[in-house]
Amino acid sequence: MGQAGLVGTLIAMTTSKANSASSPMRVNRGLAEMLKGGVIMDVVNPEQAKIAEDAGATAVMALERVPADIRRDGGVARMSDPEMIEGIKAVVTIPVMAKARIGHFVEAQILEALGVDFIDESEVLTPADETHHIDKFAFTSPFVCGATNLGEALRRISEGAALIRSKGEAGTGNVVEAVRHLRSIFGDIRRITQADSAELFDWAKKLGAPLPLVQEIAETGKLQVPIFCAGGIATPADAALAMQLGAEAVFVGSGIFKSDDPSPRARAIVEATTHFRDAHVLAKVSRNLGAPMTGIGMDKINERYAERGW
Amino acid sequence: MSRVVGVLALQGAFEAHQHVLRDLGVETVQVRTSADLELVDALVMPGGESTTMSHLLQTSGLFDAIDARLKQGMPVFGTCAGMILLAKVVLDGRSDQRSFGAIDIDVKRNAYGRQIDSFETDIALDGLVDDFHAVFIRAPQVSRIGEDVTVLARHKEDVVLARQGSVMVASFHPELTNDARIHSMFIGLLQEV
Repeated sequence: MGQAGLVGTLIAMTTSKANSASSPMRVNRGLAEMLKGGVIMDVVNPEQAKIAEDAGATAVMALERVPADIRRDGGVARMSDPEMIEGIKAVVTIPVMAKARIGHFVEAQILEALGVDFIDESEVLTPADETHHIDKFAFTSPFVCGATNLGEALRRISEGAALIRSKGEAGTGNVVEAVRHLRSIFGDIRRITQADSAELFDWAKKLGAPLPLVQEIAETGKLQVPIFCAGGIATPADAALAMQLGAEAVFVGSGIFKSDDPSPRARAIVEATTHFRDAHVLAKVSRNLGAPMTGIGMDKINERYAERGW
Repeated sequence: MSRVVGVLALQGAFEAHQHVLRDLGVETVQVRTSADLELVDALVMPGGESTTMSHLLQTSGLFDAIDARLKQGMPVFGTCAGMILLAKVVLDGRSDQRSFGAIDIDVKRNAYGRQIDSFETDIALDGLVDDFHAVFIRAPQVSRIGEDVTVLARHKEDVVLARQGSVMVASFHPELTNDARIHSMFIGLLQEV
């Protein structure tokens, strides 16, 4: 399928006239829709997966090391062992996600063969291709991709992503980058809705994004797919902050299982994500959670994962 | 009299339901607390993760509040996870998962498989001329229906849309296809009550 065809498909998907057509994109965006208002938790073994499900997670991300440990260990981070992913699939009834390296379409093929419910083409793993992302239209499984700004989000959507997450900075326990990315994405969406039709050509050029997708945002005021937040959420207040900034759900990586007492923290973050505008609930669930993960300042990290991806 | 339709907004596709209801000119609010529930005349329970919603229904105190309203006959429409929450018996649910038992059906969670097995198909609706394009996402399956349950649509052998009194359930997602006919049926049901 050529680029014009991809964009045409995307546009058709968001109009009511496309209702009689069948395409994996609708069921895939539909699953993203079902995950809204929820918390997707990184887990490294079946025990953690059970804790996550018990706490009310909407899905788990199965991986061998949480981002904080990938950051500490260094080296090349790859797709997880299928045995480990199968082990997690066996113990939970909620959707299971897993990560493939950016551009590593064979890892994605393997994850699809394993029946993973959502594939994360993730900057947390070491990129396999420094120019190309995976052609996600070549798959039946849905993909989630990270973005630091609107242009990046639209390029991923034009490649077939069914869900976007703001990247933040994984493994830091520091929400500052997630806030930067959410503000950038939603700020540009708001500005585009104010632009006139001639200005949209320049917006498309500046963003490096397909014009029809930019024009569609000008009309709807929304991204074509759901947008969640990832990278740096460590507390219930962080989750509610992301939601109030416009995120529609949150991913929590190291923030839960690198804290002192994962189970109550996981439950509290689930509550905070649902009741994100209710400060009384937030005050109640933020109590007595033990120490959050220590976290690190952005000036202390040697590598920014958010810069991976093109 | 204007009626307010609440959409259970603990988690899931509640905004998509609100979008369809607004297109029909129906006033709609998000329901996260017992106080929110007092504002509504009917309730939609959306798709999402039934385990998550079940957990949040307990912690928010909404489970008992909704249960009481259902016993008073509040009209309710559950789609996918919402259908699971309304069923009498949930097979393959978590041991601590509670359902309202508002409709005499048994359901099996994720009966069609994983996401890769999710599908779309046209189904014939009882009383409507044109088929409805139905989206099934990690859908539950009705494995038994009671005598008092009216079947409104089937996909192959499976019951996918059903009603018992003021309780309506769908195993698919009518909120995802910009076709408001099933929501209209629910609003019609609300006017009967």
